[in-house]
Amino acid sequence: MIEQLHSDQPWLSLLTFAPLIGALSIILRRMMSRTDENGVIVDPKEAAQIDTNARRIALGITSLTFLVSLGVYALYDSSFAGYQLVEEVPWLGGGIKYKMGVDGISILFVLLTTFIMPICILSSWDSIKSRVADYMIAFLVLETLMIGVFCALDLFLFYFFFEGSLIPMFLIIGVWGSKGTKEFAGITMPSRVYAALKFFLFTLLGSLLLLVAMAWMYAEVGTTDIKVLQEFEFGAGAQKWLWLAFFASFAVKMPMWPVHTWLPDAHVQAPTAGSVVLAAILLKMGGYGFLRFSLPMFPIASADFAPLIYALSIVAIIYTSLVALAQEDMKKLIAYSSVAHMGFVTMGIFTGTKQGIEGGLFQMLSHGFISGALFLCVGVVYDRMHTREIAAYGGLVHRMPLYAFLFLFFTLGNVGMPGTSGFVGEILSMVGAFKVNSWIAFFAAFGVILSAAYALRLFRQVMYGELTKEALMAIPDLDRRELGSLGVLMLFALYLGFNPGPALSVFSPAVDLLISNYDAALAGGGR
Amino acid sequence: MEAFVVLLPLFGAMFAMPVGRAFGYRASELLTTGFMLLAAIGAWLVFFDVGLGGGEDRTIPLFTWIGSGAFQAQWAMRIDTLSAVMLVVVNSVSFLVHWYSMGYMKDYGEQPRFFAYLSLFTFAMLTLVTADNFLQLFFGWEGVGLASYLLIGFWFKKKSANDAAIKAFVVNRVGDFGFALGIMCIFYVFGSIDFDTVFGAIAANSEAVPFGQAAGAPIQELTINFLDNDWHALTVIGVLLFIGAMGKSAQFFLHTWLPDAMEGPTPVSALIHAATMVTAGVFLVCRCSVIYEYAPDAAAMVTLVGAVTAFFAATVGLLQDDIKKIVAYSTCSQLGYMFFAAGVGAYDAAMFHLFTHAFFKALLFLGSGAVIIGMHHEQDIKKMGGVRALMPFTHILMVIGTIAITGIGIPGLVLFGAPIGTAGFVSKDMIIEGAFLAGEAGRAFGYFAFTLGLLAAVMTAFYSWRLIFLTFWGPSRAPEAVRKHPHAVPDTMMAPLVPLAIGALAAGVAFYGNFVGDKSESFWNGALYEKAEQHEAPVADHPQADGHGAVDTHAAETSDDSAEGEEEAAEDHGGGHHVPVWVLWSPFFAMVLGTGAAALHYLRGDPLRPGLLRPGGMIYGFLKNKWYFDEIYDFLLVKPAFAFGRFLWKEGDGKTIDGVGPDGIAALVAAGARRIVKIQSGYLYHYAFAMLVGIAVFVTFMLIMAGGGQ
Repeated sequence: MIEQLHSDQPWLSLLTFAPLIGALSIILRRMMSRTDENGVIVDPKEAAQIDTNARRIALGITSLTFLVSLGVYALYDSSFAGYQLVEEVPWLGGGIKYKMGVDGISILFVLLTTFIMPICILSSWDSIKSRVADYMIAFLVLETLMIGVFCALDLFLFYFFFEGSLIPMFLIIGVWGSKGTKEFAGITMPSRVYAALKFFLFTLLGSLLLLVAMAWMYAEVGTTDIKVLQEFEFGAGAQKWLWLAFFASFAVKMPMWPVHTWLPDAHVQAPTAGSVVLAAILLKMGGYGFLRFSLPMFPIASADFAPLIYALSIVAIIYTSLVALAQEDMKKLIAYSSVAHMGFVTMGIFTGTKQGIEGGLFQMLSHGFISGALFLCVGVVYDRMHTREIAAYGGLVHRMPLYAFLFLFFTLGNVGMPGTSGFVGEILSMVGAFKVNSWIAFFAAFGVILSAAYALRLFRQVMYGELTKEALMAIPDLDRRELGSLGVLMLFALYLGFNPGPALSVFSPAVDLLISNYDAALAGGGR
Repeated sequence: MEAFVVLLPLFGAMFAMPVGRAFGYRASELLTTGFMLLAAIGAWLVFFDVGLGGGEDRTIPLFTWIGSGAFQAQWAMRIDTLSAVMLVVVNSVSFLVHWYSMGYMKDYGEQPRFFAYLSLFTFAMLTLVTADNFLQLFFGWEGVGLASYLLIGFWFKKKSANDAAIKAFVVNRVGDFGFALGIMCIFYVFGSIDFDTVFGAIAANSEAVPFGQAAGAPIQELTINFLDNDWHALTVIGVLLFIGAMGKSAQFFLHTWLPDAMEGPTPVSALIHAATMVTAGVFLVCRCSVIYEYAPDAAAMVTLVGAVTAFFAATVGLLQDDIKKIVAYSTCSQLGYMFFAAGVGAYDAAMFHLFTHAFFKALLFLGSGAVIIGMHHEQDIKKMGGVRALMPFTHILMVIGTIAITGIGIPGLVLFGAPIGTAGFVSKDMIIEGAFLAGEAGRAFGYFAFTLGLLAAVMTAFYSWRLIFLTFWGPSRAPEAVRKHPHAVPDTMMAPLVPLAIGALAAGVAFYGNFVGDKSESFWNGALYEKAEQHEAPVADHPQADGHGAVDTHAAETSDDSAEGEEEAAEDHGGGHHVPVWVLWSPFFAMVLGTGAAALHYLRGDPLRPGLLRPGGMIYGFLKNKWYFDEIYDFLLVKPAFAFGRFLWKEGDGKTIDGVGPDGIAALVAAGARRIVKIQSGYLYHYAFAMLVGIAVFVTFMLIMAGGGQ
């Protein structure tokens, strides 16, 4: 049984839709301006002012949302295992409700989202020059959708947010992505459009299956209330197909091998803030989905398919780490390392053990800080030099000591150095894996060796050595805005590295409940 | 007070850079060195209290680090004799190296960064030695690895320094791979990673039920499934932990990073790559002595690897020309001694050698640093000679270090409960005798270790004196400018060597009684586990079988049980081992042999003439190229890893997954038939990859079908 506590005020709705209000206000301001027949604002002064306003509104609203989320967290009772702050109103009728709520599995991802967004806006402050207002609108809409994903307690509502988040991300990559062309399906197109299309194609494929599964479940149970669905016992045969349909969608989002190839392209083409959101939050939706749906709703299928997940996770860890070794583009390298790190998440989650699941959750949280920060770091030099090629750099530490220090810290976090948050998730998920089967832990631990090799290689080639390249001679160190963003992320990664207790204790009741239901279902299913 | 012993270096590390920026480098040097002095004094006080004064062992818990279900790791400080010995070694050498570096770094600049790293290293090492659970130990383990990486690559403009730094980190990670698996395995078996719980359960032989298993067994007999084979649980754990130790302590197979690590500034080599960090592996094995006592196969592996390393590194040391590399291989070899001592169960001798080695090896390294500075940054001893005249005081100190490592003393003579000889003489002889006794007792590889240990002792004497003769004696081969105007070596670089020299001469005699002699029972106070073979019975019946802290009470009790017998034995041989006279004298003769050979070759005629091994010969090439380890690893592991990564990227991700996936679908839509033709003319590995995907689909299908009937 899963308990739920209703809230008398719609706190989560307020939190979710606050960014949307910001987006609307930017739209309204723009509608009031005079435009020519192509929709271009006539007065360049007014256009510039609209851009400045958009930046300020976006930063103000995202910061405000973060404060609201802290308020929500203050109301949150971390000792309660079920759903809380629940809001429920009839929506489309016929058992489909507008239902929001959070538990120990989702609340910290809500906070992660609201925390990362102001940093994203700040990092786009100067680097985005064209269509600034549209860009800010896209980010604000995206934030609403992402918070919605973690708060939705109705499957249909979840689907709406989950798939909806695809659209602003698609635009962010396709419109504000980098230059270059690529031939695809016989057409020559900008490579950012190729990346966006690829991102879209992959995720769409998974979504369609998810939609079909959802329709079937609705027909079977008569409601899309997640709590009810979690308590409903699907037949073992049906569980398999449903599990596979959900898997198709979440595996692409994670992403798991072999449906990961959209990620490096998307990261490379996306603007810095797009990469940060992608790495820090969008990738977490897959892992969240596994924990919210696959494990509680289809426990028997989850247990049966666990070996498949282990195999794919291990392949992801070793394969993508090896691929990362060979990369020449900074962003691609970090993107591949993200896939490897997500391998630890899926591996941990499907062990069904306390350490494995908490390790997976913690790894997602930590990866949000660390890989988000690494993409910001790439953005810092990209803004200055307009290239992400590793070979274009070298000896930066001579000119950018602060940058080098922070980059080193996040590199170490990526490598899983104890004392950074990166270590906690890795070791816990491996401990969980060892309990299930030592082979899994054995192979996963290989990733620990390889991660050191590729991450330190990157750091060394960018930072160390003589500063010989003419173009780098005058490169300035971090400005205050960059230092602030990276510094805050570092403090979090460091604090959680030494004292992960605050996060683990939030996960703990929900994970305990999940495991006890999971074990009971397996015992009931004769396994 | 204990907290300050550990935390002062951390404060030093944190403040060195800001203080340096605000008040100049001298301020940050004085700050960190001052903190280290206080920490060193504190360490000695703890040592006098817990080790010599019989003060109580204690654990000071700070707060929970990682807590997830039963997996609980505390930040804590465990103070017992074993950690107190390490505290003294680490903080004393670290303080002296800080002091020395104030002089050494004058030429180079960047002092605040350097001192911050040194202090950071010290802090990490202290968390390692004071850990009371495996995870905090791992934290320190990785922390010292990080500091080592930063300090090896301190001259980050140099390509060779960067290469060496990454190599050190990655090779250590290979060891950590084993260590991490060991921790997981411990948790799997014991449901805890606390030292007290784990060691207590082993000593009491209490029932252990691994996770998910229906039934357990007494831990000493428990078998677990590891990688689809049934193994003795403690052996698996012992071997996995030892793999970690091999990496950190540069043992055979994982030693390749240590010689390269000499790219770091010389004080770093003395502190990290000689006296402290590299001994962490020995510490780990000694800390886990109870595991190895009940896992004879794992202990045999420790003995084997240790003995081979002692021998191997000594052979390579014979032909090195770089003064630092000679001392590096010598370190590697001496670590081998410590390991095989631990492997044969002579943990006290291993720790004793660790203790004395810290003095003379730090002395040799720092002395070499003085020579390098004096000779205008020359490291090749073939280009030195006659340095004695230029640096007489350094010469005396280096000779002291050399007689300490080669071991000069009077075998068999015991005065006032201690043998007479230099530090290395006392502790190395204990190890060699221990190996012989183990061989007599039928312990695996005991005689093997004894034999290789003696051979290595011959070579140790040879290469150590070769270094002295080629560097300090004979005619000078240095360029005119260097000979006329040797670089002045500041006093701050010479003063710290004096306490080290005193230790190198006297530490063996002074602490013999406590570490291995008649007072060792009360000194170690159960920190090193000794299996009481003849008192097997009370072990199993111990009432506090699985209670917290059982190990302490238990170990104390077994000590009481066996105390009488051991005291008798101790009195019989004046505190020494019970060995035949020829064994007693054999290390001495080995030393004389090696020294004599070196003297014959390097003190007559042209010292650079070819010796027994002709350049160009096979053995010469084999040794000169360090048994070709680097080449083999590069060929078998490094290059293939990069090539394979590139292959997976281009062919796997690019042509296969994308080719069949989005690009393929798109192309199919665009020009259906063309695609099919292309597939047929494709390459073999595309098919292989398609098969891999196909297998995944097939397995999925089978899983569904298999479960479908239920």
